[in-house]
Amino acid sequence: MARDTRSLRTSITAKALSLLPRHWKRLLWERLIRLTLAAAAVVSVLTTVGIVSVLLFEAVLFFQEVSILEFLTGTRWTPLFASQHFGILPLITATIITSAGAMLVALPLGLLSAIYLSEYAPDPVRRGLKPVLEVLAGIPTVVYGYFALLFVTPLLRQISPNVSVFNGLSASIVMGIMILPMVSSLSEDAMRAVPRSLREGAYALGSTKLEVSTRVVIPAALSGIAAAFILAISRAVGETMIVAIAAGQNPTFTLNPFVPIETMTAYIVQVSMGDTPTGTLEFKTIFAVGLTLFLLTLMMNLLSQYVVRRFREEYE
Amino acid sequence: MAAASPDFRRRMTRRQWEGRAFHGLCLLAVAVALAMLVLLLVYLARQGLTRVSWEFITSFPSRDPDQAGIKAALLGSIYVVAIAAVVAFTLGVSAAIYLEEYAVRNWRSRIIQVNITNLAGVPSIVYGILGLEIFVRTLGLGRSVLAGGLTMALLVLPIIIIAAQEAIRAVPPSLREGAYALGATRWQAIWHLVLPQAMPGILTGVILAVSRALGETAPLIVMGALTFVPFAPDGPLSRFTVLPIQIFNWTSRPQAGFHEAAAAGIIVLLALLLTMNAAAIVLRNKFQRRPEG
Amino acid sequence: MQQSDAILQTRGLTVYYGSKQAVSDITLDVARHRITAIIGPSGCGKSTLLRCFNRMNDLIPKSRITGQVLFEGRDLYSPTVDPTEIRYQIGMVFQRPNPFPKSIFDNVAFGPRINGFRGDLAELVESSLARAALWAEVKDRLTSSALALSGGQQQRLCIARALAVQPQVILMDEPCSSLDPIATLAIEDLMRELSADYSIVIVTHNMQQAARVSDYTTFLMGIENRGGQIIEYGETRLIFTNPKDERTEAYITGRFG
Repeated sequence: MARDTRSLRTSITAKALSLLPRHWKRLLWERLIRLTLAAAAVVSVLTTVGIVSVLLFEAVLFFQEVSILEFLTGTRWTPLFASQHFGILPLITATIITSAGAMLVALPLGLLSAIYLSEYAPDPVRRGLKPVLEVLAGIPTVVYGYFALLFVTPLLRQISPNVSVFNGLSASIVMGIMILPMVSSLSEDAMRAVPRSLREGAYALGSTKLEVSTRVVIPAALSGIAAAFILAISRAVGETMIVAIAAGQNPTFTLNPFVPIETMTAYIVQVSMGDTPTGTLEFKTIFAVGLTLFLLTLMMNLLSQYVVRRFREEYE
Repeated sequence: MAAASPDFRRRMTRRQWEGRAFHGLCLLAVAVALAMLVLLLVYLARQGLTRVSWEFITSFPSRDPDQAGIKAALLGSIYVVAIAAVVAFTLGVSAAIYLEEYAVRNWRSRIIQVNITNLAGVPSIVYGILGLEIFVRTLGLGRSVLAGGLTMALLVLPIIIIAAQEAIRAVPPSLREGAYALGATRWQAIWHLVLPQAMPGILTGVILAVSRALGETAPLIVMGALTFVPFAPDGPLSRFTVLPIQIFNWTSRPQAGFHEAAAAGIIVLLALLLTMNAAAIVLRNKFQRRPEG
Repeated sequence: MQQSDAILQTRGLTVYYGSKQAVSDITLDVARHRITAIIGPSGCGKSTLLRCFNRMNDLIPKSRITGQVLFEGRDLYSPTVDPTEIRYQIGMVFQRPNPFPKSIFDNVAFGPRINGFRGDLAELVESSLARAALWAEVKDRLTSSALALSGGQQQRLCIARALAVQPQVILMDEPCSSLDPIATLAIEDLMRELSADYSIVIVTHNMQQAARVSDYTTFLMGIENRGGQIIEYGETRLIFTNPKDERTEAYITGRFG
């Protein structure tokens, strides 16, 4: 022990004497690392700047030749034909059909699944079931497109001969299945965040599980559930492959789910797959459509974040 | 105690029945979702399982559906995903470290944070437009596998940043304090303690992000990947296709033979994804079992 | 106390968190090779004061100080001083043992390694562990995880880890508050032993502990909106037997806090 102490103390005095010039090198090194890391964080900002400026720049060029009014109110979309019309409404109605249809599937199924997972399922069942449901969200969308076109559509056509080979209905059903786990997972998170004391209070008054779920838990988790729905709609609006494969490439101004339609995303795919030369007015349409799509989804995402923030304030 | 009135008992019975019906309804919803998954998998297996073979994996596409294979698409996917993984991992983890360990909480870091959240919600096809304009045209990389990989890197970057931030935040602050108290600089504490602790969580996020990139189709179509590629990519500037585009292409053909090839391609794609997700689960379990410091 | 006997000094030290004062106008000398205890009711800024001595408060956003902290007569907060250099001359042991999720050996070797120690690392680790009275218990399992040790052993490991960078001062922030009485006793014995070679400042909420181990005691108390202030400072034996301030007397006799 004596030896240890002595060796420790000699180095103590040695150290105290020098004010260590290497600390400048160390500071410089630290600053360099900090700068590099900050640059990486800035890349994400640049990505946004890139997206916005690319879309805006090309869209402005587009709108120099096509009036915004025509673009927003026109009911014919035929940029690739001889008689060109640039009314985006057919693409919008198609997007509305497929997204609304998908929500009609995903909303009830997702919400009921969430209630089951959060209120009914015993813990081991819940833990087993959740990852399995999430597999549905992990399946590539091109796979869903295949399933919609080659399995669901023939099935629908057997039921009703009015259904075309390409149609909005089949795409929306399958898209609904795809976004179901998103709805159920996020809604369940919101429901589980509802304090237990609230549930216990209701049970203590003699409520059944149904009454607790629908009159206490869902109202309390409402903003979280609403945020999940908005996010799911945004996802459906931006979804591409299912609609590109199964819904068709006919920009029709209609709300009929049985006929071929073309969503905004499917249109962008159509132009990209074709041989439209870049730089032409026809090609620039994808930027105008892309900008519309970007703004729509951005608005929904911001709305959903706003709703979630308000929700957090209620219980945390 | 007074006996419950018959009226109350009648109402109670009705409420109990309603409760049971609702429970059944909830179960039904879960069952429908699971049934869809099973249906999808069974259908794919019946369509394509017989076409999956070593030959299918090692052949180039062909005009004859029975000869067609996925060699070029599979290699293209591996190239794109590898580039995306390396780039997004480096950028994403660096950005996450900066945001969690260095950035002062002010309006600037808040903007970066909000921005990342919103980037995660941008439709993937928009990234394709970005990739087309920036990597393919402005930087002149052409419609190459490198441009595709970089586009995918930007697409999964927000996912990786968010996952890495969560993993870094989960490292107890007492470890950092312990290191600082020994004269460690910020970076030394991060490098020697925070990152090793956070790595399983980060890698889980990276694997999930990479499987997202593996299944994406639309952005690569927009940035101009080919649909028919009878050659393997031979460098970063080579033209390419990927597995999902190959599947898309075969699905769009009218011949049933191509539909079978598409199903077989899907089976290979799902097998790859399953392997990656299994790896992520193994990592996550390892992460969760670790004793706290 | 003689100037040369004080290793650490504060002069009119006030610490702010945002606009709130955590401690104010602290003037205190910490004696070399002695144990100085900082006691006081919870929330009076004991830990804040302790963390000024190795600039750990720098890591808390919006914290700032006025006044001076001198280490060997040198201003610790002068712009030419790198806080990381300070921290390896002034070690710290925390309230809860915080061993790194590494082996016992790597825990002790951590500080020397990051500071570019050239020499016999194994010998340094052994002597540090021996100094912390832990060597006999762990010498056969240096490569096993530090997290497998008991709480008391973990805390002694943290002390060994602090000793390995060969500091002159050891700051201890309620080092026994999460330990059982037997482990506490071991740490207290260790502190007495270490005080031959090191200057120790200990924050404790346990007055018996201050009375048992320390040579000097500072009594801190929060005053209205101005944060903690020194009420009384002096030799421990005098403070505990013959406090001059009635608030000190009230505190040590357990009438509040």
